[in-house]
Amino acid sequence: MGPLALLIVLVVVGAWLIVAYNGLIALKNQTLNAFKQIDVQLKRRHDLIPNLVNAVRGAMDFEKSTLEAVIQARNQAVKVNATGPEGIKQISRAENTLSSALQRLMVVVEQYPQLRATGNIGQLQEELTSTENKVAFARQLYNDTATLYNTKQQQFPTSLVAGLAKAQPADLWEIEDQGEKAVPQVDLSLKPKT
Amino acid sequence: MSDEGSLNLFQQQEANRRRTVLLVVGFVVFFAWLGFGGDYIYYLFTRDAPRYAYHHTFPWFGIGLSLVAAAIAWYAYRTGPQKVLWSTGAREIVEPRTDQERQLVNVVEEMAIAAGVPRPRIWIVDDPDPNAFATGTDPLHSHIAVTQGVLDLCTRDELQGVVAHELGHVKNLDVRLMTLLAALVGAVALMHDGTSRVLRPGGGSSEERKPSPLVLILLVVWIVSWILAPIIAQLLALGVSRKREYLADAMSAQFTRNPLALASALQKIEGAEAPTTHIKRGAAHLCIADPLGRRLTSHEGLFADALATHPPMAKRIAILRGMGYAQLKQQGR
Repeated sequence: MGPLALLIVLVVVGAWLIVAYNGLIALKNQTLNAFKQIDVQLKRRHDLIPNLVNAVRGAMDFEKSTLEAVIQARNQAVKVNATGPEGIKQISRAENTLSSALQRLMVVVEQYPQLRATGNIGQLQEELTSTENKVAFARQLYNDTATLYNTKQQQFPTSLVAGLAKAQPADLWEIEDQGEKAVPQVDLSLKPKT
Repeated sequence: MSDEGSLNLFQQQEANRRRTVLLVVGFVVFFAWLGFGGDYIYYLFTRDAPRYAYHHTFPWFGIGLSLVAAAIAWYAYRTGPQKVLWSTGAREIVEPRTDQERQLVNVVEEMAIAAGVPRPRIWIVDDPDPNAFATGTDPLHSHIAVTQGVLDLCTRDELQGVVAHELGHVKNLDVRLMTLLAALVGAVALMHDGTSRVLRPGGGSSEERKPSPLVLILLVVWIVSWILAPIIAQLLALGVSRKREYLADAMSAQFTRNPLALASALQKIEGAEAPTTHIKRGAAHLCIADPLGRRLTSHEGLFADALATHPPMAKRIAILRGMGYAQLKQQGR
């Protein structure tokens, strides 16, 4: 009976090892894939911004600083040259700055009804809302997947094979509190003539 | 988002795959029973017939009907989504032309990203009553359709909630089971109507001999199951869809992180009393809200549990509100 029991134990342990290892690898790849999704959406956003700026520039001789901030933040964000989840801290910092700059711009656009009436600002606004949402949802998916991955590789029995699967905790995309920054300083003296 | 959540999704997908196989097997077995049962009864009837008369010894009916059933199931699986969309007269949005359409396309793209599935194809049903449904065989081949009423009545956030609900159905493979069911229910109804017409005027010539009780019982059971076929199929469609509405609501909340938007969308859909005339009975169980506007749906109870395709709207809204308030509390607002 002895050798048979040993054999059964070995088979069960072996099967568990395979399942746990494959589970971790699958999660690792899902995390990488979710990160790629963010990347795709960020590229889209970077491409959209020049169009947006051109569309509002003519109508916005005032509020130059807001526009400048958006352009600068965008250029900074494009310059960040990190490709993997390792660089996520760097990317998220630049992109968060861009997000808040864009939010300020959107609030400003809301403040000037005649700006919204000109041309296709309404359409651009929808496009921008959608782009921001896409970035946010891609980020949400990445954070959820990465959290799942991190939890799995730290929890007890699975943590034993974490080394074997070369599992490293993935950095989450930190969302800093933008509550303060998002409120724009609207200078009433610059209120455009009606 | 927790470990449990993903496990539930995985289990749900597994359960849906299993149920789809069961459904197909059950469908074929049922037709085999009708066929071979008929063969056996015919055999018993002709067994005592004189030598020169016809003896039914080879089960032609059984083999034929089983093959037909298998062919129908295969055909239903391949063309189910197209058939469902065709039956509602939906039109596909390839290039958005109006602002409304552009917003819909954007929202679907956003929710596909949140759900981590490829973007489904997008359709609009020209019906003023707000409703929505999803169909397809897997996340790679899926379709989302909303009515014009949803676009007209709902805000952007509410539209997000509705689309996320449908993507929930897509992601946990509800669409495969439900679409196949819709196609098979339709096929059964059609076959039943057709064959009843053929069978009714038959018989009557050789009634002098008294058949044995066994043959009689078999005959009764066989005829009853033949009559009940469409009803059984309909009941299957009903039973299979209610529980998963709650699950899809929960998945919508997970994708949008905004359960209150879906709650208010559901309220608007509920408030618009009129039935969705473009969506027929056959596709009713695919929709986010019962398109027939049946009163049964508004009650919970044994009777409604057995016969309604959708859970009571009030309960769904209450659950979503509960999620929303818990979320607000967590954020300390």
